[in-house]
Amino acid sequence: MISPAEISSPTGDTDLDPDLPWVVLVWNDPINTMEYVALVFRKLFGFSKAKANELMLQVHNNGRAAVSSGPREKAEIDVFRLHEHGLWATMQRD
Amino acid sequence: MPLRRNPVVRRQSDGRFSLVLPQDQREVMVRLLGDLDELLVESPDDPSTRRLQPPAYLHDPDRDMGYQLLAGEELRASRHAAIEASIDAIGRASLTEDELWAWAQSLNALRLVVGTRLGIEQDDYPRPSDPDDENAPFWAVLDFTSEVQYWVLKALGG
Repeated sequence: MISPAEISSPTGDTDLDPDLPWVVLVWNDPINTMEYVALVFRKLFGFSKAKANELMLQVHNNGRAAVSSGPREKAEIDVFRLHEHGLWATMQRD
Repeated sequence: MPLRRNPVVRRQSDGRFSLVLPQDQREVMVRLLGDLDELLVESPDDPSTRRLQPPAYLHDPDRDMGYQLLAGEELRASRHAAIEASIDAIGRASLTEDELWAWAQSLNALRLVVGTRLGIEQDDYPRPSDPDDENAPFWAVLDFTSEVQYWVLKALGG
């Protein structure tokens, strides 16, 4: 069971808000397993298994996927938490 | 390739996780995690650790420098804490979810360092068939940590 304390966005299955200025991208890394990437997405963002797998496959097939968006401060926190888990994450203006 | 025959971690009905990793493999884990911690403390700029401190801003060096100044030390401290928690938990019969996540993060950090040393840059990376290849020990570590990580992720719900 994923700990609620780890969930930063309880509505993780909603689409990205196009009006928000910063987007967090996760990039493909051949060393990270697909299972690990999907599970980290579920833990950090509260995504359903299906949503996490969809984003993981985007990373794997397209080289990157947008996993969150928001103000710069929130995006930096998301990037930091992804870095803590060994994922290659960056942020940029949408 | 990992054998994936016997689970090394199982989820219990009370929400904890039972660790069934054989003693000799626990000792290998402690040694590998200790080596990783030592590398990160004594040689934080070693090229093999580059995947553990990636840029946050790809196209903005000034902002990235600010991020690294603010977050770099915190990231190293967080990784050290996860490794320490993993080593502390390794002798126990059962683990909490947080302790198992510390395992998942530390195993992944280990795989990133070893994979970088092996020069893995693409999904389909070639493996040497010669058992006497100079990188054979690193491949063995990658296989072992991949095997343990597979079962850790299965137990966590992957």
